[in-house]
Amino acid sequence: MFRYLVRRILWAMFLFLVITFVTFVIFFMAPNDPARAMCGGDQASRQCLLTATEKLGLDKPVLVQYIKYLDRLVVHQDLGTSYATGQSINQKIKMAAPVTASLVFGGAVLWMIIGLSVGIYSALRPRSLIDRTAMVFVLIGVSAHPVWIGLIFSYFFGVRWHITPIADYANFFGAAPGSGDPGGPAQWAYHMILPWMTFAILFAALYVRMIRANVMETLNEDYVRTARAKGAPEQRILFAHVLRNALLPVVTMLGMDIGVALGGAIFTETVFQLPGLGRTIVVALGNDDLAIVEGVVVFATIAILFFNLIVDLMYAWIDPRIRLS
Amino acid sequence: MALLEVKDLRTSFKTEDGIVKAVDGVSFSVEKGQTLGIVGESGSGKSVTCLTIMGLNARRTTISSGEALWKGKDLIGAKPSQLRKIRGDEMSMIFQDPMTSLNPVHTIGKQLVEAVQLHRDVTVRVAKARALELLKAVGIPKAEARIDDYPHQFSGGMRQRVMIAMALINDPDLLIADEPTTALDVTTQAQILSLMKRLQDDFGSAIIMITHDLGVVAETADDVVVMYAAKVVEHAKVHDLFNRPQHPYTWGLMGSLPRLDADTDRLVQIPGQPPSLLRPPSGCRFHPRCPHVMGVCRTTEPLLEGVERDPSHLQACHLDQETKDREGTKLVEATMAEA
Repeated sequence: MFRYLVRRILWAMFLFLVITFVTFVIFFMAPNDPARAMCGGDQASRQCLLTATEKLGLDKPVLVQYIKYLDRLVVHQDLGTSYATGQSINQKIKMAAPVTASLVFGGAVLWMIIGLSVGIYSALRPRSLIDRTAMVFVLIGVSAHPVWIGLIFSYFFGVRWHITPIADYANFFGAAPGSGDPGGPAQWAYHMILPWMTFAILFAALYVRMIRANVMETLNEDYVRTARAKGAPEQRILFAHVLRNALLPVVTMLGMDIGVALGGAIFTETVFQLPGLGRTIVVALGNDDLAIVEGVVVFATIAILFFNLIVDLMYAWIDPRIRLS
Repeated sequence: MALLEVKDLRTSFKTEDGIVKAVDGVSFSVEKGQTLGIVGESGSGKSVTCLTIMGLNARRTTISSGEALWKGKDLIGAKPSQLRKIRGDEMSMIFQDPMTSLNPVHTIGKQLVEAVQLHRDVTVRVAKARALELLKAVGIPKAEARIDDYPHQFSGGMRQRVMIAMALINDPDLLIADEPTTALDVTTQAQILSLMKRLQDDFGSAIIMITHDLGVVAETADDVVVMYAAKVVEHAKVHDLFNRPQHPYTWGLMGSLPRLDADTDRLVQIPGQPPSLLRPPSGCRFHPRCPHVMGVCRTTEPLLEGVERDPSHLQACHLDQETKDREGTKLVEATMAEA
């Protein structure tokens, strides 16, 4: 178990180095000029460009720049400053990350609730009306683009029926004084309903299908027959014997998909004008502000590595074959 | 009254290709403390017969009829809740593949305790003490330490011992063993068989031993049912079956046992394949593979009847008694020559 833990952590550190290097190189190679962005784009003066180039160290070799960058990142935990506005990127991420976290984790809870309930029911009653309806829903969920789904939801729930707000974010811990925004947990959830639904639908569809398949497969396992032969009631068989095994791969998938979902958050945040990480990236791209994009990518990388590490540990905890080998 | 009396049991599965009659009119009975062997090739319906008795077939796709009287009460029409009370308590089952028959995410102690608590209103402590007792009885070394281990930490033979412990933990009247040694290596097979025999004496359970291995039957059974293509073709006391086999299929099975003395390169085999149960052959189902086939075999199905001199020895074959005795004796003598 201890060796497994150490191996996972070393692996995560290695991945961190590789990914930061690759992102750094990609952004360095990209056809852009940070100095120009810093000096206000096309009208930049020559003098300003020279000062900026020197200040950013753009005249140094790539490797030196990367090491400086890594030093700043690891030793000072500093993601740098925006080229365009000079704002601290740490500060920007601190503002945006809770919004994205609300979206991703709330969405994950929603898609797991749908995935588990519909998936398990469909597996127990294959070819029933609910199973067939669920498969139609899965098809739609997998095929439709989140932006389209988001717009459709906004139109019906917000514009036509006035049930939910269609844009903006409400802070969970209350609004900043004087900002005039609504705040508090109730407002937070109320504003997040549509984003969560939009965000969750694709994954809910995938998870319904995956959980259904896993549960059906596990129901045919020999040890389930053994449990029946022992005289265990169906409900006990499902919870004590089937689900524990059928959901092992789902835990792994969930860890990876939360990472994947961060990418999907860009669409949802754009549609519902949520000031999250995805929206921050989109705005920064519009301004050629690659420092911010890079900062967000690195932050997301660290977050995903962290979640995968947690999932690996959870997996070891629930599967004795990994824990004890 | 017999412990278990099976009468004209029929089980069909609905498949995409049509209805498969996996068990087609099987009858036998099991007495208290006795061992019944059921022999036959894969797909002859021996496992399905027992799964039907236990009520373990998939409900959605299975149709069963006939009777299986357990202490006088019919199991075939019984409610699932009634069957559940009997399963694992009065009647239990062990399976062919010990590697996959235990749940990988629970310790064996937990799985044994579950078996007790499903049927007895006792505390975990009491159930665990019972589990430990059984693990010792089936010969798990250092049972106290191993009770909290997971199935993957045991070898195949040890897992089968755990399965046997689990099956016997509530002192059942009948243990159904579905090819309990098939997945094990030969030395382990012998150990498991002798263990089962010893435990049968200690626990007084009756056993239905499903196997395709006549050697296992000879060692363990009192009565033998030979099944072919969903039907019983011969049913006799083990002594009678091995001394006066009546059915050409039984001869085929006995003839294909490996011999140490015979100077041949190949093992003797029954030619052909077991028939499809979707469209079984007409007449006697064994006729396409039978070396003694006659015209009547293709058209008329033989009845399962007692032999004249011994009405308890049942067989289903059109051959005249003289031929059966001659062929049977010839085969037995050849087999005996080896011993």
